[in-house]
Amino acid sequence: MLASLLRILTLIHKELLVILKDPKSRASLVLPPILQCLIFGYAATYDLNTVPYALVDLDRSATSRELVSKLEGSGIFRRQTTLAQIGQAVTLLNTQKVVLVVVIERDFERQLAGGGKAAVQVIADGRNSNTSGVALGYANTIIADFANDWRSRQGLSGPVVEVTSRAWFNPQLETRWTMIPSLIGTITMMMTMMLTAMSVAREREEGTFDQLLVAPFTPTEIMIGKAVPSMIVGIVQSSAILIVALFWFQIPFAGSLATLSLGLALFLAAAIGFGLFLSSLASNMQQAMILCFVFLMPFMLLSGLMSPVDNMPEVLQYATVINPLKYAISITRRVYLEGAHLTEMLPDMLALVAIAAVTMPVSAWMFRHRLN
Amino acid sequence: MSASEAALVATDVRKTFVRNTGEVVEALAGVSLQVERGALTALVGPDGAGKTTLLRLASGLVVPDSGSLDVIGIDVTRFPQQVQDKISYMPQRFGLYEDLSVQENLDLYADLHGVPQVERNEVYPRLFGMTQLGRFKERPAGKLSGGMKQKLGLACTLVRSPQLLLLDEPTVGVDPLSRRELWEIVFQLVKDGLSVIVSTSYLDEAERCERAVLMHAGRILAEGRPNEITASAKGCCFLVRAPDGMPARSLQARLFGLPDIADAVPEAGRVRVVRRSSAAPPPFELDGKSLEAEAVEPRFEDAFMLLFDAIAGDQRRESHAGIAGQASVNEETVVEVRDLVRMFGNFTAVDHVSFKVRRGEVYGLLGPNGAGKSTTFKMLCGLLPATSGTLHVAGENLLTAGAKARQRLGYVAQKFSLYGQLTVDENLEFFASAYGLRGSSRRERIKALKEQFELDRFSELPSGQLPGGFKQRLALAAALLHQPEILFLDEATTGADPLARRQFWGRITGLSERGVTVIVTTHFMEEAEYCDRIIILDAGKNLAEGTPLDIRAHAETDRDKAPTMEQAFIAIVEKQRRKDKEGGA
Repeated sequence: MLASLLRILTLIHKELLVILKDPKSRASLVLPPILQCLIFGYAATYDLNTVPYALVDLDRSATSRELVSKLEGSGIFRRQTTLAQIGQAVTLLNTQKVVLVVVIERDFERQLAGGGKAAVQVIADGRNSNTSGVALGYANTIIADFANDWRSRQGLSGPVVEVTSRAWFNPQLETRWTMIPSLIGTITMMMTMMLTAMSVAREREEGTFDQLLVAPFTPTEIMIGKAVPSMIVGIVQSSAILIVALFWFQIPFAGSLATLSLGLALFLAAAIGFGLFLSSLASNMQQAMILCFVFLMPFMLLSGLMSPVDNMPEVLQYATVINPLKYAISITRRVYLEGAHLTEMLPDMLALVAIAAVTMPVSAWMFRHRLN
Repeated sequence: MSASEAALVATDVRKTFVRNTGEVVEALAGVSLQVERGALTALVGPDGAGKTTLLRLASGLVVPDSGSLDVIGIDVTRFPQQVQDKISYMPQRFGLYEDLSVQENLDLYADLHGVPQVERNEVYPRLFGMTQLGRFKERPAGKLSGGMKQKLGLACTLVRSPQLLLLDEPTVGVDPLSRRELWEIVFQLVKDGLSVIVSTSYLDEAERCERAVLMHAGRILAEGRPNEITASAKGCCFLVRAPDGMPARSLQARLFGLPDIADAVPEAGRVRVVRRSSAAPPPFELDGKSLEAEAVEPRFEDAFMLLFDAIAGDQRRESHAGIAGQASVNEETVVEVRDLVRMFGNFTAVDHVSFKVRRGEVYGLLGPNGAGKSTTFKMLCGLLPATSGTLHVAGENLLTAGAKARQRLGYVAQKFSLYGQLTVDENLEFFASAYGLRGSSRRERIKALKEQFELDRFSELPSGQLPGGFKQRLALAAALLHQPEILFLDEATTGADPLARRQFWGRITGLSERGVTVIVTTHFMEEAEYCDRIIILDAGKNLAEGTPLDIRAHAETDRDKAPTMEQAFIAIVEKQRRKDKEGGA
């Protein structure tokens, strides 16, 4: 037992030496995560503040002009041009000069006053569905607000539907707030999975892995000796991103640090388990690299980072069961923003434990029984 | 010979390099040389002699620091492109595209050199006929054996007709059969009028060239016809018989350590000795007893070692200190392999091989590339499961045995396989701890091995930056830290020069005297002479097993009474291959 522990310590010491010896590789473990986090925080946002649009005002009434000034007064929409016919708008949309075309139909004022259907057509560029969707939403809200407002000012009664939308946990619905906590998991998974898979593959390529297998190390010891150093690197990286989130972006932390740490530790174990498993399939560094990419991309797309898992086709939802990042994003978002309690996060944490409990022993077994 | 008729004229050529560590290496220290046209000239010398540098300078890839160098009558320093248009250079590791087929590689090089289609139609059949690669046109280059790759590399350099061919160690890592085929091609080229300069660390290859240039530490030691050089060792060479019960390698190690002896190698159960002087030789004595000795004709290698000894002095003998000269083989079987089979898909890499190794024996696995030596080795070390058959190392199958069983063996892989980024000390500390050495015992053991292998001065150097021979020493030192009972060495001497190999075998002899069982694979057939017993494998089958003398006897014919180990090996493999062909037809 003691001998085994000492051998594991020997392996960890060696691994850390290899990883940390070179100042360049040391820096490359901490700087890129922080940089990525900053870039994502500033660049990856769905919030819009200048939407170029084209106006086609067929009504040309006082009311239509009032609506236009409401739109532009919001500070979100910037009129690019005013057109006489809808037909001319097509080119503008096609060439991406504008994101939206707002068409105020003839009889807009009359219909509104008469309580009939006052029509405003909003045409959006669907090629970039995210931007357009958000812009459409803004436009709808502004137009509906205006209509209700106008009718009440005119003393018109009738079913004035008031749609109130409010976002919880992220009152301003800032993308950054949901993005940065998710990055804790996303970035560390990328780094630790690659680090683990590549370190085993490099040893295979250079023949040192054979030396380990010939020495009195058991496969389990080698596995732990590979997992722990990656774990340490992962912990340092996730802490760095957490610090950026807390102190640079100043996103308020609602939950318990202990719960988040536990969740992250389990997540790292699962991600490293995956890295080890992939490395046991690869016979050289190139294969390990390709395998990592093959898994990392779907893991990120199917994690809920970009789009909610619940919106995905059912088949893909089943596939996300083995995705450690899905649980990590759920844990970091809920604990960080909502302050979710440990008991609420138990299902996610148990899933991570299950992933680690399968991938780690399988890869340890594969170390020795891999053919060729 | 006037300068314009010469293939190469070097006058006081100097070249120095600076290593990463800041160390300045004088690769060529004033070389003056004339090489005639239409001849086969060999550059021979140990690692770091400057052979490769001289070839690279001649091909215009590197510019000398000073001195002048004319190649086929053109000043290569001033007009490298003109020279490169007229000569071909094949570096040690020729750039074949492993995923392209044989034909595609050839086409690629023809395209690169702008060889017109008409010319290709003439050249290709000739190249395929010469290299016998015609059958493998569609095979990816990566799937060829080491020997075939070299032949393809040679074919690629010959797609256009050069006036001079420069070959840098073309036969490193190539088995004896492929080596012989490669040389037949080279001889044919020279016969057709091509000038060829070839560097090699195989002395038997140099012996067959028209001229040989012996280099050491950037200087030329000797130059001339090989038989003239060989003659300088006349009267110095003897075959000495070991006293009963003493292995030839032990006597070799003892004799190699004596001050008046320039070289000693085991040969056919006796020891071939080269004395420093041919004048009035006193009888050979060991521990006061005289030894039976027979004067023999010198070989090129004897003369080379004699010349070399005069320069290198006694610094080379450290590895042979402390050898007593007793055999320590006992009857206990420590390695037993029965009916071992290993399949890769449909391909049988190891085909029902059986053998036993006794404690304290030095046992050799010999065979051409792809014979199944390394596969057998990996199974013995527990790195690869066997398809069928049983194997026991110290009574256990290492694939399933616990850590304790592996504690008893040491393994040195074919390729340098320590952590290149870590220093010599860090590597040794890691492997010592891996085998459970702690505290002061670890410190002492590391210190002792560093002294024994002369690694002290490199303690802080990343092991990946060690000079070639020292990497090998470090690998062996790391495998010996825990004093294993059984040592596995997979082609440990590939690419090593004659001197490094003698040092290596000196250490192995010392280990075997202390009761360590040593199992080796090797490409160098003369190294089989250091073994107690050897097994010859080809295409996964056991072709012959026995003492080196037994194996030689296999190949003896009326015509050839005393074949060399290499001739015996080739005869055995060819006989089997003929049999297989007849059986298959």
